Amino acid sequence: MTSAWLILGASSAMARAFARQAATNGATLILAGRDDEDLALLAQDAVLRGARAASAMAFDTRNPASFAPLLDALFRLDATPNIAVFSGAMQPQATLEAAPEVLAGMVADNFTGPAQLLLMALPMLQDRPGGTILGVSSVSGDRGRRSNFGYGAPKAGFTAFLSGLRARLSRANVHVLTVKPGFVDTAMTWGLPGLFLVASPDDAARRMWAAIERRRNTLYVPGFWLLIMTIIRLVPEFIFKKMKF
Amino acid sequence: MRAWKQAEQAGWGRALRSPATIARPERQAALHDIMATTPAPAFGARRAYGDAALNNEGALIEMSRLDRLLDFNGETGRVRAEAGVRLHDLLHLFGPQGWMPAVLPGTAHVTLGGAIACDVHGKNHHERGSFGQYVAAIDLLDATGQVLTLSEVENPGLFRATIGGMGQTGVILSAEMRMIRCPGGRVLLTKTRLPGLDAFLAAFESSTAPYSVAWIDATARGTALGRGVLEEGTLVEGPFRGPKRARKLPFNLAGLGLLRPVVKTFNAVYFRRASALGRTRTRPIDDMLFPLDGLAHWNRLYGRHGFHQFQCVLPQTVCEVVLPRILQTVADSGQASPLSVLKRLGPGRAGYLSFPMAGMTLAVDIRASRSARALLSKLNEMTAECGGRVYLAKDSTLSPALLQTMYPDLEKFRAVVTQADPRGVFRTDLARRLNLCGDAR
Repeated sequence: MTSAWLILGASSAMARAFARQAATNGATLILAGRDDEDLALLAQDAVLRGARAASAMAFDTRNPASFAPLLDALFRLDATPNIAVFSGAMQPQATLEAAPEVLAGMVADNFTGPAQLLLMALPMLQDRPGGTILGVSSVSGDRGRRSNFGYGAPKAGFTAFLSGLRARLSRANVHVLTVKPGFVDTAMTWGLPGLFLVASPDDAARRMWAAIERRRNTLYVPGFWLLIMTIIRLVPEFIFKKMKF
Repeated sequence: MRAWKQAEQAGWGRALRSPATIARPERQAALHDIMATTPAPAFGARRAYGDAALNNEGALIEMSRLDRLLDFNGETGRVRAEAGVRLHDLLHLFGPQGWMPAVLPGTAHVTLGGAIACDVHGKNHHERGSFGQYVAAIDLLDATGQVLTLSEVENPGLFRATIGGMGQTGVILSAEMRMIRCPGGRVLLTKTRLPGLDAFLAAFESSTAPYSVAWIDATARGTALGRGVLEEGTLVEGPFRGPKRARKLPFNLAGLGLLRPVVKTFNAVYFRRASALGRTRTRPIDDMLFPLDGLAHWNRLYGRHGFHQFQCVLPQTVCEVVLPRILQTVADSGQASPLSVLKRLGPGRAGYLSFPMAGMTLAVDIRASRSARALLSKLNEMTAECGGRVYLAKDSTLSPALLQTMYPDLEKFRAVVTQADPRGVFRTDLARRLNLCGDAR
């Protein structure tokens, strides 16, 4: 059976690279996001690169009314359903501290919006085995750091959510892959000081695709972030609170 | 998220650098936003060797993320795509479907927009002409943020100024291109060792191969002057090689690879490996067309200070006399790189500032140093004197006066650009250095 991918936040650099991987493998794509002009171009691009079919649909993390039509479109297809969550946004910690009301929207973008959609998909997923849920979380969710905990908190929530979802769906033979990007060369990291060993979106997408095929649970991109985050997680809290990053 | 990044930008040769604020839009809407407030010159894969993609203390727009395919017709081979798409992608996507870009330069990493802005040529130039000759239409974002469609019919002056125009007319947003039939993913490659320049000139004259190029040992002198290896290729049926990750040169070699003994030994071995009688094998298409793409960041070979590339074309009639003199000058300087490239060009060109003319083109890498500039100036002058031309995509040392003698359509170009961009928002370091658009008269 062919596979179908609902890609949320499809205009982002990593989502685009991932959609090309899926297109090259002949999948049917539903590209969802807010820039409908760009989504239409991406759908055309996907078809030219080998997708069986591709369509563009509206998706807004902060508007739950946009969720149901997406799921209808996905589960209506005669193909194994898969969902990839690339939507997300990062507001600098300084912005959040200056304007705390910004936090709620960011939590919706990174956590509650996609999580609600996945909960809505749960009953359907249980009857359609074989697919994968890919959720892009972040290394920032592994531990709250002083410089970025406003962003880290919803990502930590999303990581925990995906972990539970994985357990919930394991019997149904639906796989859940948590992707934790470190530095990937996207709009989010563009111009960020102190970047090192940055992965390209294409590299990240290739690794995600391979991780899906191998049914991996968690993927760090670039891979050495597993090591970095393991060390960061092991630092005792009484030392960690004094650290300056 | 910040749209702008502060960075020191370098050309591919890494000898010329300047600080700039760079934006990299991921979507067309983001590009339009940027152009509405801060119109700035665009660049693609940054494969121009000199200062074409530099804007000292100014703004720049990187186009590599605008790389969507917009349309393709499998019957006519016409493709339309955003400017940031790489030629490598077009070749590997459409090659297996029987179509390929008619013109492929020495690296497949260049973008569609960059290939148009430099009107690039390939190893089949003598047969197929330049890249711009296959461009049917261009969508250009001009200085006022408006999108103009350019073609032979619509805005023909701006069309000819944009092809080969080094980005001075605006930001190339997307383009439609005619592709040619692709027989397959492999090339029937014949390598022949040749003893000297005369042999090369004769061989290029008589060669019937669609793709041809010569690798010249620019360190050899005396009777060995101009010795090298001729490569002639014909595309043949066969599978395209799947995506293969290029080996990387992870750090600067500090010029170690360019010490004279190393270079001389390398050249001698390379030269002797080829047969004098010619040896034919089939190779993957990329191996012949893009030999250096197999080593990512090969420009680091030249160390921290980088290098210049001198590329000239000499009119057919003077090659026999001037080519040996230029090569002699390079060899005597002792500054040449391991391999230099010699190739025959046809008359095909598509823009006012296009490089090609019927004759021979020579490309030599020269490590950046104090004496390099003197050598390059001398080579520029020798080229101008005999009616030749220096390639702007490679250039880092030409002067406004020499530019004027080399490019006969310069005034036409300037007239179009002055009208299209009166405020000069698309000027780059290259444009200012050469007074390319005639602002500083």
